[in-house]
Amino acid sequence: MDYLISVATIAGIYIIMALSFYLPFMTGQISLAQAGFMSIGAYGSAVCTVKWGIPYVPAVLIGGIFAGIVGVLLGLPALRIKGIYLLLLTLGFGEIVRVVAINLEYTGAAEGFPGIPYQKYTLLYAYGMVLILIIFFSRLRRSRMGRAFQAVGSDENAAEVIGVNIISAKLLAFSVGAFMAGIGGGILAHYQEYIEPLMFDIMHAIEFLIFAIFGGIQIFWGPIFGAFVLTFIPEFLRAIQNWRMELYGALLIIMMIIRPQGVIGLDTVQVVERLFRKALGNVNRVKIGSL
Amino acid sequence: MILQQLINGLMLGATYSLVAIGYSLIFGVLGLLHFAHGEVLMAGAFMGLYIILWSGLPLYIALPLAMVATGMLGIVIDLLAIRPLKKDFHLAPLLSTIGVTIIIQNLAVKLFGGYGTRFPDAIKTVHYKIGPILISSINILILGVSLFLMVVLYFFIAKTKIGKAMRAVSESHITAGFLGVNVDRVVLITFGIASALAGAAGVMIGIAFHAITPFIGLTFALKGLVVMLLGGLGNVVGAMIGGLILGMAEVMSIALLPTEINLQDIFSFGIMIIILIFKPAGLFGSRVTQG
Repeated sequence: MDYLISVATIAGIYIIMALSFYLPFMTGQISLAQAGFMSIGAYGSAVCTVKWGIPYVPAVLIGGIFAGIVGVLLGLPALRIKGIYLLLLTLGFGEIVRVVAINLEYTGAAEGFPGIPYQKYTLLYAYGMVLILIIFFSRLRRSRMGRAFQAVGSDENAAEVIGVNIISAKLLAFSVGAFMAGIGGGILAHYQEYIEPLMFDIMHAIEFLIFAIFGGIQIFWGPIFGAFVLTFIPEFLRAIQNWRMELYGALLIIMMIIRPQGVIGLDTVQVVERLFRKALGNVNRVKIGSL
Repeated sequence: MILQQLINGLMLGATYSLVAIGYSLIFGVLGLLHFAHGEVLMAGAFMGLYIILWSGLPLYIALPLAMVATGMLGIVIDLLAIRPLKKDFHLAPLLSTIGVTIIIQNLAVKLFGGYGTRFPDAIKTVHYKIGPILISSINILILGVSLFLMVVLYFFIAKTKIGKAMRAVSESHITAGFLGVNVDRVVLITFGIASALAGAAGVMIGIAFHAITPFIGLTFALKGLVVMLLGGLGNVVGAMIGGLILGMAEVMSIALLPTEINLQDIFSFGIMIIILIFKPAGLFGSRVTQG
């Protein structure tokens, strides 16, 4: 049971990370910097609690804000480039964050940063954050800003012509995404009690990208689904322990062949909504009839 | 001393060039980042190792054999993970090649162990003294083979019918198809050639460093990406020259920069970020300006 809870907690943190990848992606920005931002948030919040004695919640928030500020700084040059160029820029940034963490004596350098106070209710905090993000994303979809994001994501030139401020939309999406990743890092740091630069390397950034694209990138339920399922699947595959990574790789290839838009697409959401409406409709009819 | 370092840099750079040419060829023809290219290189290095170990063939037969085997691997990757994908989802090939990376990496760890394997001495190491500089036979071999392969490739692309078809496909799949080019076959051949070059690079890395591990793929993949950017996306000649420049710059940075902090690690990423921000088309220009 303890084990299941720990997997569920990690899954919750990964959902936050997958959503942090998804927000800049809405505006067409593919970022491999999310592990770097996570690292900044983790180290930032750990310094707050360990060295300055700041309580958990504000410390995690400060870590997130710190990551968000760095996000603005990286978002500015990122405005000029897109596609594979942006992928490589963010990848290089992630590596530089890692090398800086390896060399920074103040936070333990390569040996890592031990003795971070353990947060007993990490599961609740992580899923509380996920809930906040679900509300945020579902409101965003119907808001002016969210529509602007989607317009920029599908066609930048057209969005500019109809009066969307692309620069502010892209920069906002990028830095808020960095903020989310920083929060995820802060929560992780106070769950593991120990962080080291290796925990935030390129492979992790790629993992967050896998979660989002596998789950689906047409709507925010996709990254949530992807992060949750892909964190649990390797645990269920323990029976075939030896080959689970190979199966995981094969699963990615097969999924992209049969359903390249990811598991959860707009069509899935429509089907679910229709089912809901049907169920609710029946309930209403029954009520009216009984009256 | 400086001259000596330059020779070493040229040798290192020549292997980078071979990797980057593969990336550039595939990017030019398909417009996609082949994520598993580094793992193909690693697989090529191990295939070369076992061909030399088991058959005891001399290098001038073993190297072409290893290249053919690696080329086959590239063709299999194209057939299984690239060709079945639908064309209108541009993120699908990214994820499926990540899947390929995971599979190859884990298979290699199972087959060869996670530790380093000693690479057999394929040629006798002899040192030649020319004035103040010392050149080993390994240096000459690696530089000679790389330059030879690059020249052959250059004429292959510039003069042969298939080379012309490759250039046509990289201009436009649809137009090339109209003009009677078998696009699928050209893509397949490109994958074969790019992978064979990576295989050659892998074998020579094995010879130069005397040992290989299943984890060398990522390191050289990242260097190859930096070189591809340096030379300009999809620009094959640029990739050739870019590799030599990066190799020399890296060796010089080790010689000249202070050694207390691990600056070498971020040196190439620093170069990459500067290029991305100030000169995204690379030093030698690129036809593709938006990934």
